Amino acid sequence: MDFLTLLQVLDSSLRLATPLLLACLAGLFSERAGIFDIGLEGKMLAAAFLSAAIAATTGSVWLGLLAGIGASLLLSAIHGLASITLRGDQIISGVAINFLAAGLTVVISQDWFGQGGRTPPLLSGGRFEPLNLPGAVPAKEISQAGPFMQLYSELFSGHSLLVYVALLMVPLTWFVLYKTRFGLRLRAVGENPAAVDTAGISVVGLRYAAVCICGILCGIAGAYMATALQAGFVKDMSAGRGFIALAALIFAKWRPWYALGACLLFGFFFAVDNRFQNILLPAWVMSGVLLALGCGLFAYVRNKTLLDRIVLGGLGLGLAIVATLITLSNLSAGLDSMIKIPVVFIQSLPYVLTVVVLAGFVGKAIPPRSGGVAYVKEK
Amino acid sequence: MSFMKTILGSAAAAALSATAALADPAIIFDLGGKFDKSFNEAAFQGAQRWADETGGSFREIELQNEAQREQALRRFAEAGSNPIVMAGFAFADALSKVAPDYPDTKFAVIDVNWLSMPNVRGIGFNEHEGSYLVGMLAAQASATGTVGFVGGMDIPLIRRFGCGFAQGVKAVNADATIIANMTGTTPAAWNDPVKGSELTKAQISQGADVVFAAAGGTGVGVLQTASDEGILSIGVDSNQNYMHPGKVLTSMLKRVDNAVYEAFSQGDALKTGNFQMGIANGGVGYALDEFNASLVSADMQSAVDAAASAITAGTLSVHDYTSDETCPALSF
Repeated sequence: MDFLTLLQVLDSSLRLATPLLLACLAGLFSERAGIFDIGLEGKMLAAAFLSAAIAATTGSVWLGLLAGIGASLLLSAIHGLASITLRGDQIISGVAINFLAAGLTVVISQDWFGQGGRTPPLLSGGRFEPLNLPGAVPAKEISQAGPFMQLYSELFSGHSLLVYVALLMVPLTWFVLYKTRFGLRLRAVGENPAAVDTAGISVVGLRYAAVCICGILCGIAGAYMATALQAGFVKDMSAGRGFIALAALIFAKWRPWYALGACLLFGFFFAVDNRFQNILLPAWVMSGVLLALGCGLFAYVRNKTLLDRIVLGGLGLGLAIVATLITLSNLSAGLDSMIKIPVVFIQSLPYVLTVVVLAGFVGKAIPPRSGGVAYVKEK
Repeated sequence: MSFMKTILGSAAAAALSATAALADPAIIFDLGGKFDKSFNEAAFQGAQRWADETGGSFREIELQNEAQREQALRRFAEAGSNPIVMAGFAFADALSKVAPDYPDTKFAVIDVNWLSMPNVRGIGFNEHEGSYLVGMLAAQASATGTVGFVGGMDIPLIRRFGCGFAQGVKAVNADATIIANMTGTTPAAWNDPVKGSELTKAQISQGADVVFAAAGGTGVGVLQTASDEGILSIGVDSNQNYMHPGKVLTSMLKRVDNAVYEAFSQGDALKTGNFQMGIANGGVGYALDEFNASLVSADMQSAVDAAASAITAGTLSVHDYTSDETCPALSF
């Protein structure tokens, strides 16, 4: 694999990580304030639909973006009303939002455009075009450029504006949460709302503010999918990314910089899955790597808790068994015969890694203490 | 309460007998949805053409999840629809359970040709033959000698597309490289245009300059990205040339519309058994219209038409992936 291929994979990771990152930060704000949000997926989907619909009818991507944020905010308001004011179950409200968005987007879109739950393809004014940073080489000449120029032109340049916005959101989130009074209160309301209330600050107000920020960020994420990555809305186009963002949030232990790392890691796995579907390796390399991984897992879990030992030890054992089977089945053909890694394995890698990482490596992920609990003022 | 039951019961019976007397045909679309601009949409067009020409009406449902398959089938059968057409290989299991329970109802199922039941008409398509033709066009249009294939869900049917395509490419240019990717292994792979785009970008960066999408709604993303990046794409099932005029090289046509139209036209006298639609009987082909006329030269067209008549005559046989789960021209 040459340097340019690596850059192309990283470039693709960044594109794929952007909606995850925005949704993950959205969830971070909401959950840090004690409101669990399963509805990230639904909000992204609603935002994707309305941004594409408005961009298609008005021809302006900025109006589309605003409309997308509006749609997402509306769903956030429903979630807030159900879980903050009415003190309903946050999980149920979130699930309801997902269903609502999945159904309504298709129904409204069919009624509006009559194209079976799609919006018409967006023309150039209705999309976020890639921004070419000054001095970047066009894609056709990139293979002749020097490594630094390749890095600059391929990885840093050529993304849509929203990618840079998403990346900027990370330091901004960190600053707001850890360096401002609002952020301190927001975090406190997720840990111990009674204490915040005692200090004379409105718990309800803070939680609504958090849910609002969540809505805005989800709105940008949805608009990014429909108007930057794609040129229009297709039903169910969020394809589970909201749930992956939730997994990334736990993986990141509800922290903004970790969230960036987690989302980039997921994006990287998806990019690898897209790019390398047919990897051929000699049998001895494959079984060697698997065996080493298995042994590494065993060594890692020796001093861990029982649960870790069962999950990761079991996985290590599985890897060792697969390695043995590969070795045995290739003995006759010779150990340097090439075998193919199954596509299914590469495609499941992001999900397997989520389980492994969450089960063993992330340490203890402690959610905000009052997360998922509606606040009832003492009488 | 029991009085209410009687009233409702008799009303329901009256409604049932009314529909049974009409015996309208019914069609069930698969998860991709009626307007996927591809497979299901072709089926819908066939049904609509029948309705327009005969003035008849038909019942339809778009499935939302797997659990509805058997339910929808039974509901249409109970309501007296006849024949009931299903679009998609995934109906095979549900149909083999339901069909024996309704011996007087005729069923037609597209992409399933292995059931043998007295009241089931199975319609299979030789997708490998149509894909072979567009593969030839792709290889002739490619300047880099590298072409791409983006499949939807990784199932033998889609591999049959990919394998036929690869054989067509190799027939024109034996040194050509074919990059084949599948979108996923779950039905969500039919509706993930974002991933379709990324796969296409990855293929372009590996040198592909013609990409064939056999991926339902995911293909929308493939065609879009190909158009954005200035390479050619090939649509599937329906004629998708119009989606990006001058950027879509051609479309592999699978005349699902004809199959549905024919089933509806035969009505409750539907001939059962398994039927195979190939190039020879107009079941598959490639699309040529005003949107891609400038892309397909006379030379390309004559080469492809020669291959089509050779396939019809039986002098050229395209290997079918599903016959032995292997492909001579491509490894998945």
